[in-house]
Amino acid sequence: MHISEGVLSAPALVTGALLAAGGVAAGLKKMDYERIPEVAVLSSAFFVASLIHVPIGPSSVHLVLNGLLGVLLGWMAFPAILVALALHAVLFQFGGLTSLGVNTVIMAAPAVTAYYLFNRPIRRGGHLLSTLAGFGSGAAGIALGAVLVAVALVSTGEEFTGVARLVLAAHLPVMVIEGIVTGFCVIFLKKVKPEVLEVGK
Amino acid sequence: MHLEEFAEGGSFLHRLDPRVKFLAIVPYVLVTAVMQGQKGPLAALSVSVVLTALARLDAGKLLSRLVAVNVFVLLLWLFIPFSYPGETVFQIGPLAATGEGILYAVSITLKTNAIVLATIAVLGTSEVFSLAHALIHLKIPDKLVHLFFFFYRYITVQYGRLRNAMLIRCFRPGTNMHTYRTYAYLVGMLIVRSYERSQRIYQAMLCRGFSGRFPVVSHFRLGRGDVVFGLSMAAVTVVLVIV
Repeated sequence: MHISEGVLSAPALVTGALLAAGGVAAGLKKMDYERIPEVAVLSSAFFVASLIHVPIGPSSVHLVLNGLLGVLLGWMAFPAILVALALHAVLFQFGGLTSLGVNTVIMAAPAVTAYYLFNRPIRRGGHLLSTLAGFGSGAAGIALGAVLVAVALVSTGEEFTGVARLVLAAHLPVMVIEGIVTGFCVIFLKKVKPEVLEVGK
Repeated sequence: MHLEEFAEGGSFLHRLDPRVKFLAIVPYVLVTAVMQGQKGPLAALSVSVVLTALARLDAGKLLSRLVAVNVFVLLLWLFIPFSYPGETVFQIGPLAATGEGILYAVSITLKTNAIVLATIAVLGTSEVFSLAHALIHLKIPDKLVHLFFFFYRYITVQYGRLRNAMLIRCFRPGTNMHTYRTYAYLVGMLIVRSYERSQRIYQAMLCRGFSGRFPVVSHFRLGRGDVVFGLSMAAVTVVLVIV
């Protein structure tokens, strides 16, 4: 879920940058110095997890896991995602410097939403409710992200409608996979290390 | 994992002060990103090509990077020429490509490649840690820079061993629940280990008297080359704005 350089219009880029700055400021405020290693090492785990390619029929998709990251980190998902995307921009030129703000919002806003909707049911619920909430957070992370990509594209110009539709359709299978993986993953975390689910508080 | 593919080298750009690099490149890419038409982006692309030539990079690696970036651009080419209003140039079945649409897609392609080349040539030629160090000087919140520092430090140490453990046990990914469950547990284990590692890191930092800031051993020095580069990039950027 990256939009590359040179595509979006100035208003879209500026709006994205301002929203991202707000989110990152909120996240940094929550993150005391003693929590920096926690957030940083978790975000590098997510960076690494996004290198995993999951087969789906003849093709494969790579994990994004922004929903899961959001459930764990809450608002701190904003700075965590910003640093990961900044590295992507400098080292691999996926996304980019000028679209850094927009791309951060595309991934982090759904993450924070997932935190508020699903963190509590995951922690408090029984096996079934936690699994469903896990599925929900994974699927919502992708679905909302794809919607935001589409919004950013269409706000740049009507002519991007076709691409935006394609982006939405392409993310449907990813949404299901992420939901399933996140569902299993939160159950695992609940059993093995329930404290991780409290980090975002 | 070797991530900094372009950071090694002895060119003029490799030796520049990273602070100057940021000050020079950020306005330049921003101006390029919001350009319209084709002349401006073409001028920017030529500047970027000059920068890339100055950096003397490995052509093969550079090319594979550009191919990856242009896949997304190609996707736009499938849609934009046919949905932009204007005069029809040619038709494929019911789809009519407009001249304006094609020019617009050309503009995007030029801009994307101009920015990507400049980023690789200027920022890619510094080590990531020295870029992070430069950001502190440029008044980026230190918490954010510290976060980046740890984030980058721990990327390379994590993944390999778990992956090997799965390979040793003959794990074969396929489209089935077993695969998804296994990957979920792999991710879960990665998170658990990272969390525990982060606790140890923080304890180790406290033991060494961490008080919220990192003492820096090496310092940047502004040279004549840095000033020349900074001023010429500023001049180029101003010219691009006027044109």
